[in-house]
Amino acid sequence: MKKLILSIFFLFILSKSVNALVEVDITRGNLDPLPIAVSPLYIEPGSKDIKRDNKVIKNIGEEISKVIEVNFKRSGLFNPLKKESFVQKPDIAHVKPRFEDWRLIKAQALVTGKVTVTDDKLRAEFRLWDVVAAKEMVALAFSTTPDNWRRVAHIISDKIYKRLTGEEGYFDTRIIYVSETGPKTQRLKKLAIMDQDGANIKYLTLGNELVLTPRFSPKNQLVTYLSYFRNLPRVYLLDIETGVQEVVGDFPGMTFAPRFSPDGKKIIMSFAKDGNSDIYTMNLDTRVVEKITEHSSIDTSPSYSPDGKYICFNSDRSGLQQIYVMRSDGSNVKRITFGKGLYGTPVWSPRGDLIAFTKVHKGKFYIGVMRPDGSGERLLTQNFYQEAPSWSPNGRVLIFYRETKSDSEGKGFSAKLWSIDLTGYNERLIETETDGSDPSWSSLLSK
Amino acid sequence: MILGTNFKKFLIVILAGVALSACATQKKSSGMLQSDVYTGSDTVEYLATGVKDRVFFATNKSTLTTASRDTLRKQAAWMRKKKNLTFSIEGHADERGTREYNLALGERRANAVKDYLMTYGISGSRLSVISYGKERPVNSGSNPLAWSQNRRSVTVKAK
Repeated sequence: MKKLILSIFFLFILSKSVNALVEVDITRGNLDPLPIAVSPLYIEPGSKDIKRDNKVIKNIGEEISKVIEVNFKRSGLFNPLKKESFVQKPDIAHVKPRFEDWRLIKAQALVTGKVTVTDDKLRAEFRLWDVVAAKEMVALAFSTTPDNWRRVAHIISDKIYKRLTGEEGYFDTRIIYVSETGPKTQRLKKLAIMDQDGANIKYLTLGNELVLTPRFSPKNQLVTYLSYFRNLPRVYLLDIETGVQEVVGDFPGMTFAPRFSPDGKKIIMSFAKDGNSDIYTMNLDTRVVEKITEHSSIDTSPSYSPDGKYICFNSDRSGLQQIYVMRSDGSNVKRITFGKGLYGTPVWSPRGDLIAFTKVHKGKFYIGVMRPDGSGERLLTQNFYQEAPSWSPNGRVLIFYRETKSDSEGKGFSAKLWSIDLTGYNERLIETETDGSDPSWSSLLSK
Repeated sequence: MILGTNFKKFLIVILAGVALSACATQKKSSGMLQSDVYTGSDTVEYLATGVKDRVFFATNKSTLTTASRDTLRKQAAWMRKKKNLTFSIEGHADERGTREYNLALGERRANAVKDYLMTYGISGSRLSVISYGKERPVNSGSNPLAWSQNRRSVTVKAK
């Protein structure tokens, strides 16, 4: 009798700890990525073909699963297992997975799904299974247009990421950046946009004038950036859908370093006149312009806190570049950086908990984060030249750019986009067709 | 004390050699950079005979050196003679800083030049200012000499 009670007791404990296995902790460096099997999605018979560049995509179910795998691999948190080792076929696996088969290849989580394609609709359903506990964890279905099939993969990736980490994902997002080509002394720069995994690159300007520092509006429909159109450097707005560009306001001098307010109603930027740069806002509806800083120093790189109540910015009012925080009406200006070196490009995390920045000290460039009061400074990566971090919408990953050394002929020069996790791990080169700089991350497209 | 004299001579030769080489090094650096400001003539062009088209700055600074003020006085004197011309004053920064701050720093440098020219009687309406930040280096190199050549303000005849 005692033995029976004991063994039942042990079974209880075992099953409890077994349930807790399929979980991913993203607050610490992940040296043990979760083994996950992503089965190709089963294609409903009778489904129409989807074309890419006028060619039929051979196995859309497999293509979607590959996009999901790349997302998982690049996050550094998951280890997608090789498809060659899968035993169960996609159709059966989606209905009733034989967990022993999946446990054999050491999977702890399994993703299965089904797609149905008609002329104007792609319907996708997917399931996330806990292989260890032999249970279904998530089951969801949704529809979109057939040419949005990559977004299906990103949305599925985000749902799974959220279920396993407890955090919002960042896969259904885009990145806007400056595409660069040509010699260092006469760089050709164009605005470019792409999915966060590098697909669907589109160029938004022609390269006839210098363009710099593009940023998304909160709803991702507009971009604000600096353009040297007609040799007059000014902040502009670009509508991504229509391609229409318009100058922001009517300033008698250079405006630059623009960002949107969190509600999307204002542009905040610097305005330079007579050797002095101050921070201004302009309301896009009322066109009312407000002066936020009043100082003979350079005030630039403003960034709102996600609740819109505060602004962090870069100022050299104490002699060299430092980071300051003030209320959004310009009052209560407080310096928050006191360490050795220069600090620049402050950007507030969408989570509100941290400010990312660039630091320059003894000829080295660092990307780091600190709390909004300046405490807890943590440097994530060091390089010959790198700057301008931008946050993923879940505040867990930073994208930035690096440049390499060159000789006096410009040989050896390159500018590339890089990303790194908040933990300091998973430093990763982001492939772009051309060189790139000034990357900025959109918010989740599906919100 | 033959040894002593020889040793003295030996010492003098060594010391002279050291002094000479030190002189040589001094010459090299003072020929190119002084207090972090480029003082050479490479990359310098001329608006007219004897009128240099640009001045240089120290890292993170927009102050005009004695040499810069001399160049600008010559520019102003020439501008007074060419009353029908207007000018664009370009401000530039080196690549060793963040992009947005460098845009502001370029503007500050160009304005320092504009202000100085105005004190020598050139009307502000003839002088427009444009900053290129670090976007248009004149020397692609990643070394202190290249960077010092890029920290500049160039006066350009408007078209």
